[in-house]
Amino acid sequence: MKAVLPEKGKKVKTDTPEEIWSLRLYVAGQTPKSITAFANLKKICEEHLAGKYRIEVIDLLKNPQLAKGDQIIAIPTLVRKLPEPIKKIIGDMANTERVLVGLDIRSVPK
Amino acid sequence: MAKAKMVKTKHDDIAVLEKCPTGIKGLDEITRGGLPRGRPTLICGSAGSGKTLFAMEFLMRGAIDYGDPGVFMSFEETPEDLAKNFISLGFDLHSMMSRGLIATDHVYIDRSEVEETGEYDLEGLFIRLGSAIDSIGAKRVVLDTIETLFSGLSNTKILRAELRRLFSWLKDRGVTAIVTGERGDKLLTRHGLEEYVADCVILLDFRTQEQIATRRLRVVKYRGSSHGSDEYPFLIDESGLSILPITSLGLDYPVYNERIPTGVPKLDGMLEGKGFYRGSTILVSGTAGTGKTSLAATFAVAACRRGEHCLYFAFEESPSQVIRNMGSIGLDLARWVKEGLLTFHSARPSLYGLEMHLLTFHKMINEFNPQVFIVDPISNLSAAGTVAEVKSILTRLIDYLKMKNITTFLTDLTHFIGNLEHTSEEISSLIDTWLLLRDIELNGERNRGLYILKSRGMAHSNQIQEFLLTNQGIGLIDIYTGSGNVLTGSARATQEAGEKASEQVRRREADRRLREQERKRNALETKIAALRAEFEVETQEVHLMAEEEQKRQAVQEEDRLDMAQLRKGNPSAPQAKSSKKKRERGVG
Repeated sequence: MKAVLPEKGKKVKTDTPEEIWSLRLYVAGQTPKSITAFANLKKICEEHLAGKYRIEVIDLLKNPQLAKGDQIIAIPTLVRKLPEPIKKIIGDMANTERVLVGLDIRSVPK
Repeated sequence: MAKAKMVKTKHDDIAVLEKCPTGIKGLDEITRGGLPRGRPTLICGSAGSGKTLFAMEFLMRGAIDYGDPGVFMSFEETPEDLAKNFISLGFDLHSMMSRGLIATDHVYIDRSEVEETGEYDLEGLFIRLGSAIDSIGAKRVVLDTIETLFSGLSNTKILRAELRRLFSWLKDRGVTAIVTGERGDKLLTRHGLEEYVADCVILLDFRTQEQIATRRLRVVKYRGSSHGSDEYPFLIDESGLSILPITSLGLDYPVYNERIPTGVPKLDGMLEGKGFYRGSTILVSGTAGTGKTSLAATFAVAACRRGEHCLYFAFEESPSQVIRNMGSIGLDLARWVKEGLLTFHSARPSLYGLEMHLLTFHKMINEFNPQVFIVDPISNLSAAGTVAEVKSILTRLIDYLKMKNITTFLTDLTHFIGNLEHTSEEISSLIDTWLLLRDIELNGERNRGLYILKSRGMAHSNQIQEFLLTNQGIGLIDIYTGSGNVLTGSARATQEAGEKASEQVRRREADRRLREQERKRNALETKIAALRAEFEVETQEVHLMAEEEQKRQAVQEEDRLDMAQLRKGNPSAPQAKSSKKKRERGVG
């Protein structure tokens, strides 16, 4: 089954069109940690990357074979596919500061 | 799911876990059947101690020998490296994977590209492992080396909790797992994995002693099962791991009454006329240059002549040198090598550790399946280890050979100092027939003597025989024991020659006397014949004379009558007539 792709349409054109953030969140079922992670991520993105991000949620319980490709060990794991280089954040993203550091979006203006 | 099915073994009469055979040579003996089935086992050891190879062989043997598919989850090596490692064990990983026998997964975390924030678990790992297991229906799993996660993830609290969960999850899945761990300073593993894997822990050790590296294995812990607790040497070579249990074999090998000749008829004679027992262990000890190798080669040739296969381990000389040297005593070893009945293996004893030697023995024995096995000499093995190690190696070797009913012929170089009846390796108790070659120094020369120190199960000769090396092979000669002396070598020869000479003189004298007597008798007979002839002649003469006298008398009478007639007239005419007739007859 294909991954759930929420907020797909929520792309807003900015002055730098290549600056689309492609994020992939790996979860394993609807666990509290996953739900928290998704909620935290969405909040951070809305605050800092409004209109220029795309989140793809992949449920490994449904697509276990996808875990290999992105070297997923921990759940939840957020993978920043774009912009390169690939960055990974593991955990429920309760600490916003660390997520921003991890995604390297501090420099991005609001 | 972890069905720890309780089974009774008659071996130790206690309920033990169901075992999963590893297929690794020797390990299943030590662990009495293998690793605990359906449970994780921790293999720990320092870098390069063979953990990965151990794990790999467990998977491979499982897949090939026991039909258990397996998952290899590598945390360190890439699939390409893994394939190379498998090839070094003689396994083609790619073909195994395409046949669905092995699945691999390379788990890799680069800390520099990972940020941790908040709560997480390792469900991703579980899912990957689970999907790999499901993809081929794996029964065996290897996690090599899961501790790498500690360097990739900083939250050790979560990590430890997750590892604990992982091991119980593995149990639930019912897979027999091997988890490898790097050896720590104080703990068995750097991160204390043994805390989680409580069922079976095996420690691999790799140490160097006097420049010779030895690998050792020890079963630290095996819950619910008895196991060998010693340190067992093991080897890694192109066919994988081999562990050599020291005491796994009991003294319950079969024995045979068949006898095989030694190749030296006189020596057979000393051994009840039949030679050695088949499957027995023969030791020839002696100082340098007493003919040990010659005796061994003679025995080898005798075996080949019977059509048996002989394996000859030469630790002192190269095969070609042995062949050349034995040619000088009339043994054509090259012929048997060519016919494939004689196989040489030559190696410097210090080339590798004792375990490697023992393994080489095992491998060669399995490969060639000989009936006769020769090591020349075993004393050189002590260069590769301590006396106790050599003894343990030889004990295991001899046990093994006895199990296989292979006649073993060992030579042992004893030193000039000390007791001859003493092997440097203290293995005399393992020996069935012990021949001693010794020098006999007498009258300024050195000769070889051979005697049988012991020979179990037969009434052997107690005589010392003089041992001769001739271009016709080995000769044994009774030592001169006449006139209250024991003589060997030229002294014996001189004594014997002297005795022979004087005997000849005596015999000649007797002959001469006989001839003399004969001659005398002949002379006497000739004399008798001559006398008799003389006598005959005389007798004839006497007869002749007597006849003539008669005639003469008759003539006289006639004449007298004639005279009387003439003088007196006619006294009686008839008488005259008759005498006339008589005279006529006598003339006729």
